[in-house]
Amino acid sequence: MLAFVIRRLAQAFFVVVAMVVLVFFGTYVIGDPVWMMVPGDATQEQVEEVRRTFGFDQPVYMQFLTFLGDVLRGEFGRSYVHGSSAIGLILDRMPATLELALAALILAIVIGIPLGLFAGLKPDHPVSRGIMAVSILGFSLPTFWVGLMLIMLFSVMLGWLPATGRGPVISILGIETSLFSLEGWRHLFLPALNLALLKISLVIRLTRSGAREASLQDYVKFARAKGLSPRRIIGVHILKNIMIPIVTVLGLEFGSLVAFSVVTETIFAWPGMGKLLLEAIQRLDRPLIVGYVMVVVLLFVTINLIVDILYSALDPRVRLTGSQS
Amino acid sequence: MHHVWKPAVMAVVLGCGWAMPAAAQELKIAMSSEPSSADPHYHNLTPNNQIARHVYEPLVFMDEYQAIGPGLASSWKIVDDKTWEFRLRANVKFHDGSPLTVDDVIFTFNRVPNVPKSPAPKTSYIAGKTIEKVDDLTFRVKTPNPEALMLNHLANIEIMSAKASGNVTTEDINAGKGAVGTGPYQFVEFVPGDRLVLKRNDAYWGAKEPWEKVTFRFIKSDPTRVAALLSGDVDVIETVPTADAQRLSKDPKVSVASALSNRLVYLHMDRYRAETPFVKGKDGSQIKNPFHDLKVRQAINKAINRPAIVERIMEGEAVPASQMLPDSYAGTSKKLKPVAYDVEGARKLLAEAGFPNGFKLTIHGPNGRYTNDTKIIEAVAQMLTRVGIEASVETLPPAVFFSRASSGGPDKQPEFSMILAGWSAGTGEPSHSLRALLGTFNPKMGSGSANRGRYSNPAMDAVLDRALSTVDFDKRNVLLAEAAEIAMGDVGLIPIHYQKNTWAAKKGLKVTPRTDEYTLAMSVRP
Repeated sequence: MLAFVIRRLAQAFFVVVAMVVLVFFGTYVIGDPVWMMVPGDATQEQVEEVRRTFGFDQPVYMQFLTFLGDVLRGEFGRSYVHGSSAIGLILDRMPATLELALAALILAIVIGIPLGLFAGLKPDHPVSRGIMAVSILGFSLPTFWVGLMLIMLFSVMLGWLPATGRGPVISILGIETSLFSLEGWRHLFLPALNLALLKISLVIRLTRSGAREASLQDYVKFARAKGLSPRRIIGVHILKNIMIPIVTVLGLEFGSLVAFSVVTETIFAWPGMGKLLLEAIQRLDRPLIVGYVMVVVLLFVTINLIVDILYSALDPRVRLTGSQS
Repeated sequence: MHHVWKPAVMAVVLGCGWAMPAAAQELKIAMSSEPSSADPHYHNLTPNNQIARHVYEPLVFMDEYQAIGPGLASSWKIVDDKTWEFRLRANVKFHDGSPLTVDDVIFTFNRVPNVPKSPAPKTSYIAGKTIEKVDDLTFRVKTPNPEALMLNHLANIEIMSAKASGNVTTEDINAGKGAVGTGPYQFVEFVPGDRLVLKRNDAYWGAKEPWEKVTFRFIKSDPTRVAALLSGDVDVIETVPTADAQRLSKDPKVSVASALSNRLVYLHMDRYRAETPFVKGKDGSQIKNPFHDLKVRQAINKAINRPAIVERIMEGEAVPASQMLPDSYAGTSKKLKPVAYDVEGARKLLAEAGFPNGFKLTIHGPNGRYTNDTKIIEAVAQMLTRVGIEASVETLPPAVFFSRASSGGPDKQPEFSMILAGWSAGTGEPSHSLRALLGTFNPKMGSGSANRGRYSNPAMDAVLDRALSTVDFDKRNVLLAEAAEIAMGDVGLIPIHYQKNTWAAKKGLKVTPRTDEYTLAMSVRP
């Protein structure tokens, strides 16, 4: 187990290094950030001055060495635009994004699994056909469009929920969250639903196919023959067996919920790190982009690790070992 | 099903009702772009400057038409060509209660060039200016050369308190420490990515503001900003998308205010190469640079249907342009009118210039930097194609575009043959625009800093130089108009339109639109 974790962390280290190098040189190739920083009427001299201040006048390998030196000293770079620590800026925004992703994940589970189970156990029921048809829409409608439609319907026309932003936050164990107030959830619901739509469809489809397959298995027939109640057969025997692929997929999808919440955050003006990334890319704020990539890679690695451990807890046949299986 | 849903709906409605009664004294404004800092001297960009203007004040104010009037300085006089004397208001107090004196002005002038890691310092506004203290409320500013734009420059320098802001860094100010000014509002908090909150300064020296609290929300996405207004999340939005302006002005719950802005959208043409890379003959062969020929430039000017661009693409949110600034500004020429659309005339001029069959051209421009920029370039390309210039379009992300358009070519020269760009005259007068966009490129003299076509006309330079060293307001304006007439007669660039700035507010609020694109709580009245 320990060897497994250490091996994973070593792999993570190399992934982070590779990503940082790629992103660093990638953003360098895109363009010169100085033009996104100076006002439109800056003179050539002012432009050169800013270049010198930020070291853009140096050749790219020198800039990279300077950056590596900073990293070794524990300084991960300061945002060009904001002037403050890039990692600090990202971590400040992270609770908002994690909160959004968590709420979306909960919605995906709470809505997806019951609907999927129903559709899997009664595949010919008209409601099941309806669920499956709607889940196709969930897959195929673009997030930004659905987001705008949700705002139009629930905020502008009906006026039930606020259109934008995050509700009041409460500090719990040093983490600021809006999960514990009604006003917080009123702000959270629409963006979370928008972010969750695709995941809900995914969970419905996974659960349905798992349930259809499991209900034909011998152990289910045996349980039925034994006279167990349908509730117990579904709730314990079927659900437990189909959870394994769902947990794996949801674990991975949680990472993508966090990393790709960019669109939803922009549409709903949610003050998370996706919005920060988008602005950083537009302004070519390299330290911020590199910092974001580092944070997200670490997040993915951690989630994968947790998924692997959960997996072994759900399926006793899987044992975590240091050796390659 | 019906009665199952009813209680749930009721609960939600009641929940909303409970959150609805917002204090009448609070004003919520949705901004389209976010400041990078709350430090007024850190980053010289509109999003920063407009927020700073609530908390800090300059020595002279620009009103909504960018006309100059007294600010923290109640009066001034010109002692000689190189010396100005200013008198501070006597009754001004900073938010911490300390009075404003000349020492604060001196402190500010020392602070401006020394903000560490500033991505765009305001140093150019104070360069060469030295302050001499006469008494606590009187000082003189000396310059090595006559400084015609003295007041326009000082209008951009926010005075900070020597006592309260003596040793604070940009990060301290972002956190609220030492964020002490004289303005009508006091700084409360800045949550990057989300909001910036101000409260009323009850000890303000001027008229008190009606808003006890002002919250700026940063909503970059256009449709979301409009939805935020319609759903009542915010009271005022800036930068109303052109597609929504018409519809919102018919909405009985919304009032819309717009003003002609100081932002010009224009085309620059390569004027420094004998052959230009994005112009080819119809057969694809390299031909000589046609933009050196006045007739070609005039033909392009005539080929562009400005009213159509304004009506169809900008949906009326712009005005056809004839020079650097709308002629409501001082120092503009009243003689210049937008060039009329004339396909036949354009074809004839092209034929006279030796291009009866036209040529091939690629127009470059930014994507998403100016309102509808890509659509404007596409329209221009179609209009040029109609007169025989087979034009194609390539738009790039702004970060890439400006880098290549300024120094992407060999020897760090501009790369493209024809570009579309925009220019906002922050000084509120045309000399700065003329010098930056049309002055002969000379980095040492600071002239031609945004002249990406490298147009050069010594006659215009000479008139402009004379204007810039003429301190007398009226005499200078005559010279500036003359410079504009020379440059426009020579088609140094092709003006397309001046943008309008549009704000929308909840019915019952009155927004006074500003030409400088600033969104200020001081412009909103109940």
